[in-house]
Amino acid sequence: MSASTDLARRHHWRWWEALPWLLALGAFFAFPNYLAFGTQVLITILFALSLDLVLGYAGIVTLGHAAFFGAGAYTVGMLALHLGWSEPLSGLLAAALVAGAIGLASGLVLLRTHGLALLMLTLCTMALLEQAANMGAHWTGGFDGMPGLSFGKILGVFGFDVLYYRSQYLYSLAALFLCFLIVRKLVYSSFGQSLTGIRENLLRMHAVGAPVRWRQVIAYTVSAALAGVAGALFTQANGYVNLAVLSLERSAGVMIVLILGGYGRLYGAFVGAIAYMVLEHLLAKAYPTAWQLGLGITLIAVALFARNGVIGMFDALRRRFAGGAR
Amino acid sequence: MDLNSLVSMLLGGMAAGMVLFIVSVGLSVTMGLMGFVNLAHGAFAMLGGYAIVLTMKHWGLPFPAALLFGFVSVAAVSVVFERLLYAPLYRAGELDQVLLTIGLVFALIAVVTLSVGPETQAVQLPPWLSGQTDLGFMQYRTYSLVLIVAGTALMIALWLGFERTRIGARIRAAVDNRRMAQSMGVDVGRLFTLTFALGSGLAAVGGGLGAEILGLDPQYPFRYLAYFLIVVAVGGMGRISGVYFAAILIGVLDFVLKIYFPKGGTLFIYALTLVLLLARPHGLFGRKGGA
Repeated sequence: MSASTDLARRHHWRWWEALPWLLALGAFFAFPNYLAFGTQVLITILFALSLDLVLGYAGIVTLGHAAFFGAGAYTVGMLALHLGWSEPLSGLLAAALVAGAIGLASGLVLLRTHGLALLMLTLCTMALLEQAANMGAHWTGGFDGMPGLSFGKILGVFGFDVLYYRSQYLYSLAALFLCFLIVRKLVYSSFGQSLTGIRENLLRMHAVGAPVRWRQVIAYTVSAALAGVAGALFTQANGYVNLAVLSLERSAGVMIVLILGGYGRLYGAFVGAIAYMVLEHLLAKAYPTAWQLGLGITLIAVALFARNGVIGMFDALRRRFAGGAR
Repeated sequence: MDLNSLVSMLLGGMAAGMVLFIVSVGLSVTMGLMGFVNLAHGAFAMLGGYAIVLTMKHWGLPFPAALLFGFVSVAAVSVVFERLLYAPLYRAGELDQVLLTIGLVFALIAVVTLSVGPETQAVQLPPWLSGQTDLGFMQYRTYSLVLIVAGTALMIALWLGFERTRIGARIRAAVDNRRMAQSMGVDVGRLFTLTFALGSGLAAVGGGLGAEILGLDPQYPFRYLAYFLIVVAVGGMGRISGVYFAAILIGVLDFVLKIYFPKGGTLFIYALTLVLLLARPHGLFGRKGGA
């Protein structure tokens, strides 16, 4: 197959693209005792996927992506606590709207800058939200957050299991699948192509008359809305929300997940989230300091030697293998 | 509010600002020189703080000697990092630089936790620094006054070095236009290594001097990262006096706001930084059109 037909067909579904979803469903039956953990993995995948849209495709380096995760998480929490609005699905929509609106508003002003100023501005936006959540203790619970939230039945039919996380898992999986369809559609559209163009050569995209800033703002907004959904799922699945959802650690963490998996490719978020979460689950509790040391050294190694993450390494191997076979 | 409490608030804020200045000034110059996003700068301050506190505690070094030891040892360590880790990524994108330096912070935090422990280290100030000084109209903590004097002296010394020496002129030229400076025969790489060592050494001194105000524990680099970056961003990259005034501004604001809004006073600092950076992306004191 020539490169041009490859390119023309790249939006077609390939057989292996069903695998992650089949595996996720299989995990539901195979590991009934790990569904709480599985739900966290699904939420992390969605969060990393939303970051991929801005970082991987649009090339916007942000240190404040947790701002939108936190906005979504606090939105459903406050709706449930103060308005008694505890229906989960409409909560997700509300979270997407709020986070998207914050993404649009901040994107409109922030994306005029670039480089260090942009990095600082994204960081400040997140810190601002964190401090606002800390100060508005009357609505947000302040430093302690909102523990013990309970949510109603999904569409009035499926209730959340407190102990076994079955419906949480399937619900999160369905939400992830829907969001993934949106992202996939976006990145294979001409809009997605122009995002890649902006990432690769900003000057040329300006020169050919592409509406660079608007494209970036739209990508930023969509990404913010998706991150808001991830945050909302986090609150709904766990039944609590606190200031940690708005921290630099969370922003850096999701960036690490995405980089480890490989950014600018649809399935990087999946590989990165699963690898990171499983390793963290096994190591972080038992040896927290060694985990941190290993994570740091891994990051240094990735930055220096393996810029395309795990999938990128497999790609390079495959290319070498294919080249040798010819 | 009477005059005395106003002055004491100003002095307290200025003392904190001096610590911010001493730590951040190196970051400002290295970021201005290479455009390298170095999020690990605070980790060098932490390393210095530990080196200073621990040599005082275990070897019985006097405070000034410990400061000197911290400066020299961290400067030496930072040169190793710079040559091994930073140099390959000069031409890389921000993302790789962010990853590398965040990784370095994680690793250094873990190393400190493993070798020293997770608890907060207390700094034991010598008696000649720990009393009160009579200012004529009021008494004030000697240590804070010494910090203000030392920080200002350092600013003047650095400023003179920048404005009046040949090497300072080279640094200024390279910050303003790296390519032009290079084509005029300035070895920007070596200049960078030199300023990196000096900046990291100063950060180490700042970590030791500031341990009394900012505290010292393994989470230090992440807790104050935003502050150091804000000071550099507001002051303008590669501007000694800009960083000095920005550090005082942030220090005093933080001090005052924490008194009046103990729960979320930093909200205003972030909001201010946001507005400032939007209006002037090169900082309050930065020159436009730099490298």
